[in-house]
Amino acid sequence: MRWWLPDAGSTFAGPIDTLFLAILIITGIALVVVEVGLVTFVIKYRARPGRKAFYTHGSTRAEVIWTAIPAVTMVALGLISNHYWVLMKDKKSIPPNAYHLGVHAKQFEWLVTYPGPDGKLGTADDFTVRNQLHVTVNEPIAVELTSEDAIHSFFVPEWRVKQDAVPGMHITAWFQATKTGEFEIGCAELCGMGHYKMRGRVFVHTPEDYKAWVAQQAAGGTE
Amino acid sequence: MTSVAHAKPAGGAHDAHHAPMSFWRKYIFSTDHKIIGIQFLFVSLFFLLVGGLLAMQIRWQLGFPGKPLPGGGILPESMVSGGVILPEYYIQLVTMHGTFMVFFAIMPLLVGVYANFLIPLKLGGHDMAFPRINMWSFWLALVAGLIMLSGFFMPDGAPRAGWTMYAPLSARPDLSGATISQKLWSISIVVLGLSSVMGSVNYITTVINHRAPGMTWFRMPLSVWALFITAILAVLALPVLQGAAIMLLFDQTIGTHFFDPGAGGQPLLWQHLFWFFGHPEVYILILPAMGMVSDIIANGSRKPIFGYHSMVFAIIGIAFLGWIVWGHHMFMSGMNPTLGSTFMVSTLLIAVPSAIKVFNWLGTMWRGNLRFHVPMLNAIGFVSMFTIGGLSGIFMAATPVDIPLHDTQFIVAHLHYVLFGGSLFALFAAIPYWYPKMFGRMMHEGIGKVHFWLTFVFYNMTFFPMHIIGMGGQMRRIYDPTIYDFLKPQQPLNEFISYSAFALFAVQFLFAFNFLWSLKFGKKASQNPWEDNGLEWSLPNPAPHGNWAPKTPNVYRGPYEFSAPEAGDKDYLPQYTKLPTDRDPVPAPLPATH
Amino acid sequence: MKGRIFSVVGGMFLLTVCSKGDRGTVQAAPPAPQPAVSSDPTAGAAGGTITGKIKFTGVAPKNPAIDMSEEAACKAKYKTTPTEENVVAGPANALANVFIYVSAGVPAGQTFTAPTTPVVLDQNGCRYHPHVFGVMVGQNIEIKNSDPLLHNIKAIAKKNRPFNVSQPNAGMTKTVTFAAPEVMVNLECNVHGWMHAYVGVRPDPFYAVSGPDGSFSITGLPPGTYTIEAWHEKFGTQTATVTIAGTESKTANLTFAAH
Repeated sequence: MRWWLPDAGSTFAGPIDTLFLAILIITGIALVVVEVGLVTFVIKYRARPGRKAFYTHGSTRAEVIWTAIPAVTMVALGLISNHYWVLMKDKKSIPPNAYHLGVHAKQFEWLVTYPGPDGKLGTADDFTVRNQLHVTVNEPIAVELTSEDAIHSFFVPEWRVKQDAVPGMHITAWFQATKTGEFEIGCAELCGMGHYKMRGRVFVHTPEDYKAWVAQQAAGGTE
Repeated sequence: MTSVAHAKPAGGAHDAHHAPMSFWRKYIFSTDHKIIGIQFLFVSLFFLLVGGLLAMQIRWQLGFPGKPLPGGGILPESMVSGGVILPEYYIQLVTMHGTFMVFFAIMPLLVGVYANFLIPLKLGGHDMAFPRINMWSFWLALVAGLIMLSGFFMPDGAPRAGWTMYAPLSARPDLSGATISQKLWSISIVVLGLSSVMGSVNYITTVINHRAPGMTWFRMPLSVWALFITAILAVLALPVLQGAAIMLLFDQTIGTHFFDPGAGGQPLLWQHLFWFFGHPEVYILILPAMGMVSDIIANGSRKPIFGYHSMVFAIIGIAFLGWIVWGHHMFMSGMNPTLGSTFMVSTLLIAVPSAIKVFNWLGTMWRGNLRFHVPMLNAIGFVSMFTIGGLSGIFMAATPVDIPLHDTQFIVAHLHYVLFGGSLFALFAAIPYWYPKMFGRMMHEGIGKVHFWLTFVFYNMTFFPMHIIGMGGQMRRIYDPTIYDFLKPQQPLNEFISYSAFALFAVQFLFAFNFLWSLKFGKKASQNPWEDNGLEWSLPNPAPHGNWAPKTPNVYRGPYEFSAPEAGDKDYLPQYTKLPTDRDPVPAPLPATH
Repeated sequence: MKGRIFSVVGGMFLLTVCSKGDRGTVQAAPPAPQPAVSSDPTAGAAGGTITGKIKFTGVAPKNPAIDMSEEAACKAKYKTTPTEENVVAGPANALANVFIYVSAGVPAGQTFTAPTTPVVLDQNGCRYHPHVFGVMVGQNIEIKNSDPLLHNIKAIAKKNRPFNVSQPNAGMTKTVTFAAPEVMVNLECNVHGWMHAYVGVRPDPFYAVSGPDGSFSITGLPPGTYTIEAWHEKFGTQTATVTIAGTESKTANLTFAAH
């Protein structure tokens, strides 16, 4: 039983998880204040014979305080978040040495195109594999997302990567995996009756293993 | 801005002195705002039941994937096979659950019922500004609901692209499988939009023009303020959805390609149009709830609302900001990331007026003399759970954190905390509160208390764990989480949620029983059973046709003068009570045309 | 409705069944290839016969291998790597899976009753069995899923109503019929992009599918002059004219050019 976010598996996971935790603490404090306040008031101010409510229309000072503190907190949160948002999603943030893969989403499969031994996407030695994403650990990867039909969404939880694949658009999502191993892709946008079955497997290799895998695929292997 | 209304409401209102009406004119094709409100109440509660039945099937499949649904044998082969819910039926379930709950349950319960019922009563009017248009507003809403319901019975079944109907899935039957029903969806939405706009026109005009003498803007109860602002949102937002629905219909019928990238169209256009409507829509779904909760908490606390003016400005602030946050539904959509930054800012800011409201409710209860009648219990429950729902929204507002959370069960948890924990609990407060005014009887208090506590417990058992499975990565709208290795460990929690949901649904039969039983057997209500200050409590229960006609009440003070020193040994002081020190308000001069 | 809920809450079974996709029944051998007997609904009826062999010239393109790694339950049903069935060649350049039917010559106004026995379309090992088949207008096609995982069956048709239905569990069946003649209706599974089947819908029983040795036979024909058309999913169509007198058997061989 998992009670928290998935294990961190990319360079994005650190900042995102830290931001998540920070928000959890801030909202947690707010929640405790409100809920404890509610319970306290419910007990302390319940009607009893001979009691009277305190007649007041409010307090401007209180309004200023509880407007200013949330406002300042939200602005700060926005500024910090935006720094990472730009890093993760802006086209200009994609490292120029990123390894490009094509992921073509369709009802109900992920067709992954690899650049082949020459490392260049769009050349004759490219090959396509169904539902399997193979990448090298500790290297920036850029996934060029396209869609055949409906809107799908490329989602790998351990990498904290999610990007919709929209028909008619060519969208690049980048990341850098930090852990080798096997993970999964899920489709995160309802795309029809087979939406739940759009599962892909992700393999994060060491550089040597990845080269070996590419060579084997190029030679017509079926693994 | 006029500060008082004419002494006699202008144009179109019935007064009490017309010929006796037949049963059909009185109860079926009525133009009386109170009857129309009650009609909305019965029809919307029916659609709430429909939405709940759909949810039970969803929870069955999610908790026990691929197991035959008990009683599933009654469903046709297109929906279940050997009793097992089919994937194409599952996505119809999630689509129609959202559709019915948003458009045909919560929105009409909050607006169709309470804008209609409360606005003239709380402002001292005899009826709405345009009673016949009001009647049309109800009948169009009913027709729209029936059209939407018919989708399940059409060849190829109901729409299934999610209640958000993203194109191109929704525009292309070859991708979704839904044919006729998808077109009916558009028609239903257009008809519903007409109903909404007609209603809004009434609510806005009545609030501006038909206030009793002394009822200045800042003496209006917060329920009326909220319904007024909501009506402005609706009249501006619904037409956008209608336009989008028509464009979608055209893509499917007359060969347009608005959303078809193969012919120069843009799938993202649908999302922008839908959410430009959709975000104001969720404020339509919460503001009336907040307004009514304010009235009820002030009553239950025996204290004025804390920060009345701030509360008004917060309502206006939420409504205004609500127009510029829609892109937060589209952070992952592929739109320019710079828009993600701008929408993040506006979205984080909209948390502020909501926070102001929560603190003011707390301030109202602070040092009050709290009465825990059933409406007050549910109103406090609203504050407690709306807070959770609002705070969970902050996670998604921070765009990097939205990356793992978007389109997961975390969102489903958030939206249910604000729509069920929020709006529906507010309705569980409002329905018994104004029940005596509608039906002349009280709902049973004991059953109401049991219903509140059981609902509160099972509600949190159902929806709080959804945050956790969402964090774990469970995507929305998936038929079988156990397909994924990373989700299998969470399946016990899915089962727990399903059992809790079944219990939650079962408990609602207490409410349904209470509602129906009390119509005939409820304790007869005294005139002002809650010792409230609103104008409506100066009328007998149930309120008579024409309200105060031919007279109009005078208003001497604000709506929340509980425990005012002038009240003497009573702890409430209605707006309509004239103290020796009060002067009669001066009615506005009648226009020359009268 | 309430009873349904309460019977659930009555705390029944909690089968800890895991995902559908990871455990599959392993069969001793891969599923049988296209049966040799060509479908002939009127076999044995009195009448003339057209028989023949379908061949092709040139070199058949290689059928691509199917990588079923992501569907372990299907992969487990094969001892050798399965390939797509675009061109199923037999000995001496025989061409299987060709749909041959009488496209002209049946007297107008003559109607035929569809057989009551259904054609069974089985999804097994993530492949359609049969890959190409014929059916009469109004005849039942019983689609069944022999794999413990989701298949959807999407029918792409121009003259008939398209449909798209799913079968997430093994053992599920669905019966469909086609109301109009159409050559060919395409069936595909979108979860497994290599899965295709082709259905020839005919108003009469005069059709067949060539077997592994390329042979076919259409029986029960009244005397007359007929045009027969042979359809192949890759190589296109070929036609021939045959005249039947009495109850004779005539031979018509058709040859496709491989490309």
